[in-house]
Amino acid sequence: MGALRKLPILSGGILLLFSLTAISAPFVTSHDPIRQDLASTLLPPAWEEGGVWDHLLGTDSLGRDVLSRMVYGSRVSLSVGFFSVFLGLAFGTLLGLLAGFVGGWLETLIMRIADMQLAMPFMLMAIAAIGAFGPSMMSVVIVLALGIWPGYARMVRGEVLSVKQSEFIDAALVAGCRPLRLMLRHILPNILNTIVVMATLNFGMMIIFEGGLSFLGIGVQPPTPSWGGMLADGRAYVTVAWHLAVFPGLAIMLVVLGTNVFGDWLRDVLDPKRKISSLRG
Amino acid sequence: MIVGITIIVFLITNVLGDPVALLLDPLATREEADILRKELGLDRPFHIQYLAFFGNILRGDFGESLHARVPAMDLVLQHLPATIELTVASIVFMLFVGLPVGTLSATRPLSLIDRAGQMIALVGQAAPNYWLGVMAILVFGVQLKMLPISGRGGLEHLVLPALTLGTFGMAAVTRLTRSAMLDVLGKEYVSAARTRGFPEQIVVLKHALRNALIPVVTYVGQLFATLLGGAVITETIFAWPGVGRLAVQAISSNDFRVVQAVVVVASVIFIVVNLLVEIFYSWIDPRISHN
Repeated sequence: MGALRKLPILSGGILLLFSLTAISAPFVTSHDPIRQDLASTLLPPAWEEGGVWDHLLGTDSLGRDVLSRMVYGSRVSLSVGFFSVFLGLAFGTLLGLLAGFVGGWLETLIMRIADMQLAMPFMLMAIAAIGAFGPSMMSVVIVLALGIWPGYARMVRGEVLSVKQSEFIDAALVAGCRPLRLMLRHILPNILNTIVVMATLNFGMMIIFEGGLSFLGIGVQPPTPSWGGMLADGRAYVTVAWHLAVFPGLAIMLVVLGTNVFGDWLRDVLDPKRKISSLRG
Repeated sequence: MIVGITIIVFLITNVLGDPVALLLDPLATREEADILRKELGLDRPFHIQYLAFFGNILRGDFGESLHARVPAMDLVLQHLPATIELTVASIVFMLFVGLPVGTLSATRPLSLIDRAGQMIALVGQAAPNYWLGVMAILVFGVQLKMLPISGRGGLEHLVLPALTLGTFGMAAVTRLTRSAMLDVLGKEYVSAARTRGFPEQIVVLKHALRNALIPVVTYVGQLFATLLGGAVITETIFAWPGVGRLAVQAISSNDFRVVQAVVVVASVIFIVVNLLVEIFYSWIDPRISHN
C-alpha cells in the first residue's frame, strides 16, 4: 500500500485508461457487442486450447465477443457511477447547505429523513424501488443517488455549522452579504474539497452496487452489455466456461481499486486536517 | 423514526407498484380486478390504508403472504436464523483475520507483513462480493470440489458464504485496526507502560489494542446491524435460505406484504443493534458515558 499510495499516477492511469476505452468503444472493438454467432459459442480465451485470436477473451453462450462486451460494458458502469454520484452529491449538498444554513424545523426535517434512510436496508430498498419504477439505467441512477444523498447532507451540514462560526463569515455578513451569495461564495468553496474526496470514494461503491443490481437482473437490461449482467451470465456457465465470470469481475475490481487508491491520495492532498493520515492506512 | 420508515415502506410498496395489476393475469376483467382490490382492502383511501397498516405492524401483523398463504411475519422469523448464522460467521471471520493482521501491521510498519496485509485489504475492499462468491464457487466447488456451494446445512455449508460476505468487512477491519493502533502506539500512556518495564506483548495487547478497538467496534457494530437485514447478494448466490433471499423472491413475485415485513424488521434490528453498540462503548471505554 505504501508504494501504491505514492503512485496516484498508477491509480489515476487505470481510471483514465478505462474512461478512454469507454469513450472510444466503437473504435477499439472489432466486434459488435450484441451480435450473436451461434457457430462459435463459449470459445475460451485465445491463449487456451481451442481459442482464436479473433476473440481475445473468448465468446459467451450466444457467441458474442467477451472483450467487446467488456469494453461496451465499461460505458454502463462508468456512466452509472458518474451520474449517480453527481446526482446524489448535488441533492445531498443542497439539502445539507439548507439544513446547516437555515436551521430550525427545516434542519430537523431534513436530518430526520436522512437518519431514517440510513437505517433502512439499502440493497432491499433499491430492489423494491426498481421493482416499482421498472428496471432501466435511469432508475438505477436515481435509486443509487437516493441512496447516497444522506451521507452528503450530513457531512455538508456539519461543515456548514463549523464554517459558520468563522470570523470571515461574520465579516461577510457585516459587509451586507446576502444569504444566497454567502452560501455559494463563502461557505461552499470551503467544503468543496471534502465533497470531492467523498464523491471519489463513492464512485467505486456505486460501480459495485450497479454491478450487483445488474447481477440480480434488475439493473441495466439485456442486450445492453454490463459487467454485472455478464457476471450473472457467467455464473450460469461457471462449470464449462470460467472466463465468462472472471473477466467482468476483474474489470470491476480494477476500476474500484483505482478509484479507492486515488480517493485516498486525494484525501491526503486536499484535506489538510487529515494530513497525518498519509502515514496510516 | 419507525413511523417515518413505515411510511416510506408503505409508499414504495403500495403507491408506486399496484399489487393488483401484478397479481392478476393480464386477461382478467375490470370487475375481477375490483373484487380483488376490495378483498385486499386496497380500495380504501391511502391514509386509512396506512393507519390500518401501522396499527397492524405494532401488533407484529403484516398480513398474509400472497403466495405462501401464511403470515408474512412468520416467514420472516423462519428465515431469520439462517441470516443470523451467516452474519455471525462472517463477523467472526473478519475479526479473526482483520484484528491480528491489522495489529501486526501497525507494530511493524512497512514490513513485509504490513505490505501484504495492506495489499489484501485494498483488494478486499475493491472486489465485489458477487464476484468473490462466483469465484469461490469456481475454485472450491467446481475445480477442487472441496465445499458445498449451495444451501444451508452443516458447518461446511457455511464456509464459502461466510468468507464471501466477510471479505469486505475483513479488509475494512484490517485497515481500521492498523490506523487506530498506529495512533494509539504513539500515545504517551503507551510509552509510559513501556518505561515501566511491561513486556511488549502486554503493552500492545492490553494497553494499546483495547484503546484502538473503539473505531473497530463502531464499524463492526454497524455492519452487523446492516447484515442482519439480509445479505441479499450472498444469500442469492449460495441459495442461502435467509431473509435477504426471501425479500428478493418476494419482490420478484410481487408479494408486497413480505417485502414490507422484511424491510421493517430489518430497520428495527438496525436501530436496536446500533443502540446496543452505543452501550457497549461505555463498557470498553468508561470515559464515554451516556446521560
